[in-house]
Amino acid sequence: MSFINYSSREINCKLVYYGPGLCGKTTNLQYIYNKTRPEAKGKMISLATETERTLFFDFLPLSLGEIRGFKTRFHLYTVPGQVFYDASRKLILKGVDGVCFVADSQMARWDANIESLDNLRINLQEQGYELDKLPYVVQYNKRDLPDVSTVDELRAELNPTGVPDFEAVAPEGTGVFDTLKALAKQVLAELRKGA
Amino acid sequence: MLNPQLVMYDEELKQIQAIAEKLQQDSRAQTILLVDKNGQLIAAAGGADQLDTTSLSSLVAGNVAATGGIAQLIKEEEFTGQFHEGKGISIHMSLVGRRVILVVLFDKSTTHGLVRLRVKKANQELTKIFDDLAAKAASTPALDPFGGDITDDDIDNLFNDDSDLFG
Ligand SMILES: Nc1nc2c(ncn2[C@@H]2O[C@H](COP(=O)(O)OP(=O)(O)OP(=O)(O)O)[C@@H](O)[C@H]2O)c(=O)[nH]1
Ligand SMILES: [Mg+2]
Repeated sequence: MSFINYSSREINCKLVYYGPGLCGKTTNLQYIYNKTRPEAKGKMISLATETERTLFFDFLPLSLGEIRGFKTRFHLYTVPGQVFYDASRKLILKGVDGVCFVADSQMARWDANIESLDNLRINLQEQGYELDKLPYVVQYNKRDLPDVSTVDELRAELNPTGVPDFEAVAPEGTGVFDTLKALAKQVLAELRKGA
Repeated sequence: MLNPQLVMYDEELKQIQAIAEKLQQDSRAQTILLVDKNGQLIAAAGGADQLDTTSLSSLVAGNVAATGGIAQLIKEEEFTGQFHEGKGISIHMSLVGRRVILVVLFDKSTTHGLVRLRVKKANQELTKIFDDLAAKAASTPALDPFGGDITDDDIDNLFNDDSDLFG
C-alpha cells in the first residue's frame, strides 16, 4: 500500500520479488544496487543464512526521481523462496503495491515455479489481494543455462493472462531493469488512476 | 483496494511532529521514529539525522511483523510493545493503533520506566491523529497525487540514462 505524503511531497511504494528458492530474486536486487547511482539508493539489507539463502527478506530502497514535483521512492523486497519459509513470505507481502514473479527457467525447476506461483496467489488472497488486479510482471531468469524450458512453454504455464514478461540473466543484468521498469510503470499508472 | 492508502497532510504531520519532539524531550530519549507497519518512515525527532532511518524503519517493521506472526501462532492478540536493552543504547517499540510503530531510542541519561510512562501518553495522542487520518482517507475519494497529467513519457524519463537513477 503506497504511502502518499502531501506534506513532504513524496510517494513510497513497495515492490516484492517472489519466486522459488534459488531462482535469482536476491541477484536481481544486487544487480540493481550495483548499477544505480549512490544518491539514488540506500543501503541494501539482506537477512540471510550463512549460505546466503534469504532468511527473511532483502530490502533495497530506491529513489527514482521526481514526477510533477513528487519524489517517487520504491522499496524493493525479496521473499525467501524456500518452501518452509511460508510464514515469512506472508509477512513480506503485506502492503505490497506490485509483484514481480521470478521464474527459474531450468527444466528441473518446472514444478517449483508452479508451486511458488500457486503459493503467491494463495498468500495474496489471504490478505484480500488478487494477483490479477495488482501491478504484476513475470521474469524468466537463468536463460544462460543449458536445459531450460522455452519461453513459450514457460509463458503458457506461468503467464496465462499475458502480463509484461521478460527473459533475464540476473547476474549479468540482462532483463533486470526492463523488469523493474515495467513493474514501476504499472504501479505509478495505478496511482494515477487514484488507486 | 482493500486497505486504504496511508496519506499524510501538512496539518497532521505538524501535530505528529510536535508530539514526537515533546516525547523526545520529556522522556530524555535520543531519537523518536514513527514508522508505518510496512516499513516507511513517517516522522522523526531528535538525533535522527545521524541514523540510517530508512534501513532502521524497514528492520523495525520486519521485527514487528515477525513478532506479530509469532503472537498469532500462539493465539496471543498482538504484543503491544517490545524492548531491547543494549550496552549503550536501548530501544523501545510500541504500536500506535494498528498501523504505526512508535520507536524510542535512548541511552543511560534516562530510564526505561520514564520512557514507558511518556510513551503511554504520547501514544494516546498519536492514536487519535492516526485514527482521524484513516477516517479522512476513507471518506475522501482517492485522489491522483500527480494531478492527472502525468504521461507515459514522465514515467519513462525516470529510467533514462541521465535520470536520477543512473545519470
Ligand atoms: N547461471 C545463472 N545463475 C544465476 C542466475 N540468477 C541467479 N543465479 C545464481 O543462482 C543462485 C541463487 O540466486 P539468489 O539470487 O540467491 O536466489 P534467490 O531467489 O534469492 O533464492 P532464495 O533466497 O533461497 O529464495 C546464485 O548463485 C546466483 O548467482 C542466472 O540468470 N544465471
Ligand atoms: Mg534470496
